[in-house]
Amino acid sequence: MTVRTLTLDGEPVSAREDETILDLCREHGVPLPTLCHLEGLSAVGACRLCLVEVKGSPRLQPACTLRAEEGMEITTSSDRLRRYRRQLVELLLAERSHVCAVCVANGRCELQEVAAAVGVDHVRYPYRHPVTALDASHPRFVLDQGRCILCTRCVRVCDEIEGAHTWDVAGRGAGARVVSDLASPWGRSDSCTACGKCVQVCPTGALFEQLQPAGGGVKRREFLTFRTRAREQGPWGR
Amino acid sequence: MGALSPAGRARVATVWLGGCSGCHMSLLDLDERLLELAPRLDLVYSPLVDAKLFPEDVEVALVEGAVCSEAHVELARRVRARSRLVVALGDCAVTGNVSALRNALGGALPVLERAYLDPGNLQPQLPAAPGLLPRLLDRVLPLHQLVPVDLFLPGCPPHADAIHAVLLDVLAGRRPALQGKVRFG
Repeated sequence: MTVRTLTLDGEPVSAREDETILDLCREHGVPLPTLCHLEGLSAVGACRLCLVEVKGSPRLQPACTLRAEEGMEITTSSDRLRRYRRQLVELLLAERSHVCAVCVANGRCELQEVAAAVGVDHVRYPYRHPVTALDASHPRFVLDQGRCILCTRCVRVCDEIEGAHTWDVAGRGAGARVVSDLASPWGRSDSCTACGKCVQVCPTGALFEQLQPAGGGVKRREFLTFRTRAREQGPWGR
Repeated sequence: MGALSPAGRARVATVWLGGCSGCHMSLLDLDERLLELAPRLDLVYSPLVDAKLFPEDVEVALVEGAVCSEAHVELARRVRARSRLVVALGDCAVTGNVSALRNALGGALPVLERAYLDPGNLQPQLPAAPGLLPRLLDRVLPLHQLVPVDLFLPGCPPHADAIHAVLLDVLAGRRPALQGKVRFG
């Protein structure tokens, strides 16, 4: 295996050829906020929070989909990056209806945590207050589109781990929505196995178990750790 | 420090716009610390004291609640004009929060109709008392979208410790640094 050497915020580091810049950051304790990334699922670079500067490149790159290359010089934190991260979180908060006080994920929400971490104490943009649908047709789970940030973790876990691919994204831009099957009510989905993995990986309160009070949504993600370990150590190596 | 009373105490105000008063309850949760603060400030306007008009020359105003009515617009503007430091206290003032849930319904009327013209109501009528009852805004606003705000203290409600820290900093003439210590919700 080839080892690559590069610098991370000025510090020399080495990387295996299959490692991303985000892997390196996690390995070296460099804090980098993420929302769409989840260990055990594929990386898609959707949320843009892990954007980093690569010396010599005019464009910012998401660390989660950026392969470590020989000689790279990576900056994970600068005034520009901090400004953009703050701005991204503010836009996420302004886009739909994130009302923490009455949300099932209050206190356990990754969007709420990231907002505090990047220093968002208010949103400078007008809130859009869109009319969004709430799908409570499933016997066990609920989808509140008002709290969705389109991270696509649900889409990926359903496709990559459960193998059902019930979820996908329809529409474009601010009108984009996660949909089950061909945009039919979740409760009528033929492909959904009611496994609940989408609910467990959702970073916000968009997907939750029925009858949970505000702040009551606990996420259980052990199945992903199990899968990751099984992949790394050979099948079923628990 | 600018606005002092004759006795040398800071002139502090608290304001209740469109909120549930939970932020004021959190302020009361300072408990014994209120007694320590009392000799150092004059509470010149607040739902907790009997001042009818927002006074001139206020050092710091803690504002709870979103801007929901024409009366809130008027009061918020007066608060801004007469206070050196305006603090948005709690999620309704900072984000609109629960008070702004009705924005998605497209205006105040659908909410009024639901509350007052409900078929179960024996005498269905919309409340109207011009000059007495302020008109509701069609779009609820966070405070900073109406007037400039100097400091944001999110939380539903903000923790008493955070309010205490802000008051201590303000009384000492320091700029409060809250990053990482507060969150929405």
